[in-house]
Parts: sequence; C-alpha cells; structure tokens
Amino acid sequence: MESLALLLAATLNAGTVLALAGLGLLVNERAGIVNLGAEGMMLVAAIAGFATAVHTGSDVLAFAAGIGAGALMAAAFGVLVIWLNTNQYASGLALSLFGAGFSAFVGIRYTQEKLGPRPSFAIPGLADIPLVGPALFRQHPMVYLAVALTLALAWFLYRSRAGLVLRAVGESPESAHALGYPVRRLRLAAVMAGGGLCGLAGAYISVVYTPLWVEGMTAGKGWIALALTTFATWRPARVLLGAYLFGGVTMLQFHLQGEGVEIPSQVLSMLPYLATIVVLVLISRNPTWIRINMPASLGKPFFPGG
Amino acid sequence: MLKLEARPQPSQAMSVASPLIALAITVLIGIGLFVLLGKDPVRGLQVFFVEPVKSVYALSEVGVKAVPLVLIALGLAVCYRSNLWNIGAEGQYILGALAGGWVAMQATAETSRWIVLAILLAGVLGGVLWAAIVALLRDRFNTSEILVSLMLVYVAEQLLAYLVYGPWKDPQGYNFPQTITFATVTQIPRLMAGSRLNIGLLVALAAVVLSWLFLFRTYRGFQLQVGGLAPAAARYAGFSSRTALWTALLVSGGMAGLAGALEAAGPLRQLTPFVPAGYGFAAIIVAFVGRLHPVGIVFSAVLMSMFYIGGELAQSRLGLPKALTGVFQGLLLFTLLACDTLIHYRVRWKAAARPVAAPTTATATVKEA
Repeated sequence: MESLALLLAATLNAGTVLALAGLGLLVNERAGIVNLGAEGMMLVAAIAGFATAVHTGSDVLAFAAGIGAGALMAAAFGVLVIWLNTNQYASGLALSLFGAGFSAFVGIRYTQEKLGPRPSFAIPGLADIPLVGPALFRQHPMVYLAVALTLALAWFLYRSRAGLVLRAVGESPESAHALGYPVRRLRLAAVMAGGGLCGLAGAYISVVYTPLWVEGMTAGKGWIALALTTFATWRPARVLLGAYLFGGVTMLQFHLQGEGVEIPSQVLSMLPYLATIVVLVLISRNPTWIRINMPASLGKPFFPGG
Repeated sequence: MLKLEARPQPSQAMSVASPLIALAITVLIGIGLFVLLGKDPVRGLQVFFVEPVKSVYALSEVGVKAVPLVLIALGLAVCYRSNLWNIGAEGQYILGALAGGWVAMQATAETSRWIVLAILLAGVLGGVLWAAIVALLRDRFNTSEILVSLMLVYVAEQLLAYLVYGPWKDPQGYNFPQTITFATVTQIPRLMAGSRLNIGLLVALAAVVLSWLFLFRTYRGFQLQVGGLAPAAARYAGFSSRTALWTALLVSGGMAGLAGALEAAGPLRQLTPFVPAGYGFAAIIVAFVGRLHPVGIVFSAVLMSMFYIGGELAQSRLGLPKALTGVFQGLLLFTLLACDTLIHYRVRWKAAARPVAAPTTATATVKEA
C-alpha cells in the first residue's frame, strides 16, 4: 500500500509535465496550428530554466525563464508559418532539431551542476488523510497549478468570448477574418502561449522533476504531449486525464523494477512509447470521431487577401 | 511595410538560390556565435569549411559521413514528395544496423565474402519492417505516421540497448555493452587503402541515379508525387493513395536500413548503444536543403557532413562543444524554410495600407448626412 501511494505521487509528478505541454499544444491547435517543435521548445526551456535556477537560486525566475524561452522559440516558428506561409510540419521539425542541438550546445557546461530536491507544498488538512493524503496533497505547487490551468483553460475556451474567437480562428479563419478579427495576430498569440506552456513543462523537468541537466532529457515527452492532444480530442480535461494516464505508464516501469519483476529494464522503458502508439491506434481508428472533434483548419495555412 | 505578393509561378531561380541564401545566413549567424563565444570567427569558419576538404583523407571522411545521409535522405525525399511525414528514419536505421549486425555475427573465418550481400539485404529488411509498422497503422487505423514513426525511434533505441546489454553482449567484452567485433570477412570492401571510405559510396551514387529515375521517369513515381501535391487530382485520376503510402514508407525504411547495415559492417564493426548517431534526423535536413531532389541531396549531404566534421574539429581545436553541429544543422533548416518563401512570393515594399477610396467615401457620407 505504501508503494502504491508512492506510485500515485510519482504519477502526478510525471503527468504534470505532460499536462502542461499538452495544454500548451491544445491552445496552439485550437488556433489551427500544429507545432511539431514541442520537443525542441521543451529542451531549450529546460536548459534555460535549469541555468537560471543554478545562477539565481530562484525557482520562480527559473520557470519564468522557461516560459520565456518557449514563447520566444514559438514566436520564431509563428512568424515563419503564419506570415511567411512555410509548411507547418517542416517548420516545427526544424524547431525541434534546432532546439535539440542548441540546448545540448548551451547545456554542456551545466552537466556537472546539481539542484537539490525541490520543496513540496502540503495542502493543510487534506495532506493528513492517511495513504492518499501525502500522495495527492503534498506535491510541488506546479502540480496543483496544472489542474488549475486545465480548469481555467476549459472555462476560457467554452465560457469566454476570447475563447470563442480563438476557436473560430482555428475552425474557420476566413469567417473570423471576415468578422474583422486579426486572425494572424491571434494565431501568433496562441502559438506563443502554447510555446510558453511547453517551456514551463520543460523547466519543470529540469528544475523539479529530475533536478539536473542531461542532453536530450525530455526523451520524447514533447512528442507524447502532441499525441495527447489527439487522444484528448482537443479537450482540456481529457488532456489532464491522458497526461496522468501516460504519467502512470511511465512510472509503472520503475515500480515494476522496484518490485523485482523479471522483465528487462529496456523493455519496460519502451512502455510509454508503445502505450502512445496503442492509444493513437485506438483513437484514430474511427476517422469520423477525429474529424468531428479536430479544429477544422488544423494545419492549413491562412493567407488573407493573397 | 513589407508585403508578400504571390508569384504567378514559383520562381525556378529562387528555388536554387534559396538554399544558398539560407547557407549564407547560417554562416553569418555562425560568425556572430563565434564572436559571442570569444573565438576568432575566421578560424571558426576555416574549421567548418576548409579543414574538411583540405586533404584526400579529410575528404574521404566527409564521404564516410555523407553516404548514410544521402541514402536516408533519398528515401525521405520520396516520402515527403508524397506528403508522408516519416520522421523516424533514425529508428529504421537502427533496425537496419541490428539486422545487418545479426547476420555479421553469424560469420566465421571460413564464411564467404558474399556474406556482405546478406548483411546489406538484412539491413534493408530490418528498415522495411520498422517502416511497415508505420505504414500498416496508418493504412489500417489512420494513425499519424509522424508520431508513430517517431515513437518507434525510442523503441528501437531500447531494443538496441536490450540486445547489447543482454543476449548479444560479448562474453569477452569486460562487461561493456557491446557485441563481438564482427569477423573480418564481413567488412564492407573499402575503396582505397588508408581511408574508411567503402563501396557504400558506390551504392549511394547508384541509389541517387535510381531514385532520380524512379521519381522523374516512372509512372509509379509520378503517381506518388501527384498524390502529394494534389490529393484530389490523384484520387480523380484513380491513383491509389494506399499504394503510394506503402511504396513511400517501405522505400524510405529500406534505404535507412541499408544505411544502418553499411554503417554497422563498415566503420563500426560491432554494435554498441552508440550506433544511433543522429543521421536519421540530420537526413531530414539534408532532404529539405537538397530540395527533395536526388542531385541536390548529394550536395546538401556533403555540406551536412562537413558540419559533422567541423563540429568535431571545433571541439578538439577551439574547445567548443561538439553540439555546435546540431546548432548549425537546425539553423540551416530553419533559415531555408524562411528563404523558401521567396520561391512562391515576391517581397514588395508598400506604403502603409491606406485605402485610396477612403476620402471619397468620407465625403459621400458627409453629403448624405
């Protein structure tokens, strides 16, 4: 039972990374833009956050640096695809490849640095519930923030006027343009917000999740977050749910190893990636289901007035 | 204000010029980076653009790295031309190295030299198998080939690690995660003494010719490209998108697998966790910078290979991290995509948008009032 509580706590922790990035990509895709650069943005944000934490000792500044780095990279991507009409897939890929190289280049001098474990924050009262209390309510503040963000985003998308405009921009940029909304500027804002959230996820990895820097340490989490948006059929609450599910699968491998299960560790390490493929198959096998839920202009360029 | 104006027809000249402009911008940013790091930029450029072509040996090393890049990029070009986003060539490359390596490990001193053919064939099959998973899932379940092919890279890496840490580990290897060194007969024949360049170069050049013929001189190649450019037209013409899907993915998987086997039985001679060297990802850049054209790919592969060698030299001579290679490669792709805008659009200076008709409308309104 004790180890189950630990597993639960670790699952929330791992899920938070995916949730933050997944929510960011959701905002992106709701505006009609696919950004395959998530992995690159997360890596650059991870080193930016880590370096900031090492030099300033402030986690808040580290997260701000992560958000800034992610948003900055997203801005470059956004200008490319929104104003210069480059292919979204190729540009996102370029962002990922550049981010992997750039973070490795900058990060090399930080490979020896270490940050201590980050303090967790116990919610008074709830944290004292036996068993699940410490697992659920004695966590890093960012874990709670991810839940709050999910609720906020759901409210924003479905209950606020700005959210309605954002969705219109993703569903039918032509109509939004005709109504007088600055489609391209709104899309850039969405892309930058998405990049900022991916950046926050990246900084969370290097500052809280595994407080150190290793080249390529996101290990595909950006790509899994991309898969998550499809899995969630572009709904915030389902992104959060999916993130915890994947977080659980990621943690299960360590749990099984701890229990002494006779499976080679490398096979266990494949689990999150295999799970992603399986889930994608289950979701994608019904094309109408995807088509109904997907933002109608996802991945299509919009060029007002030629 | 800068404005983009669609050209009536894509500019042929810009299509050739854009990679060169992109390279120039990348070099400029590189110079800035060297200055920023307090290194002599002239020395830095020398390391990247002069040293790798200074001697026959240096040139042959450029060739050694260019061969896998050419092979993988040719396959990817077929994919991207048919609008299929296989970005998991790295995984297909690893599977090729695993399959080829497995055959190589079966060889003894008495084995015939022809085993090299079996090694390469196994490599192709390994890559084809890995890409077939992507094609199958896309075909049957409409699953995104981008995400599946990429997830399979991580799976392939773990599979390689499992084998070299486990069943395939060399018992005499002092517990290092590595297989036995392959028997001498399995060595891919070298082209000249004193260089690591092998017949892989000839294979790659043959592949360039074959893929040119395939893309521009065969009906199947034509169908593929129409499907990529205008899916509706392809459907109307009765071209099967399923055939295109399978052909493109299997061809690119096979090419990546071939590159993996050539590498395993060529320069590497054994399998270690360090088989994946990022060629599969760098080849994505090679394919784009080479305009998805076989001949262009040769040039861009040589350039990218120079970046690899330049990065190694920058580490040993300038004390800069080797990861500089990745920075330049990524930058090149990014600037190229930006420059590609010039192919389809003309950049024009325009006075701030002030509608000419506005004053008249205003007077009209006043009159009405």
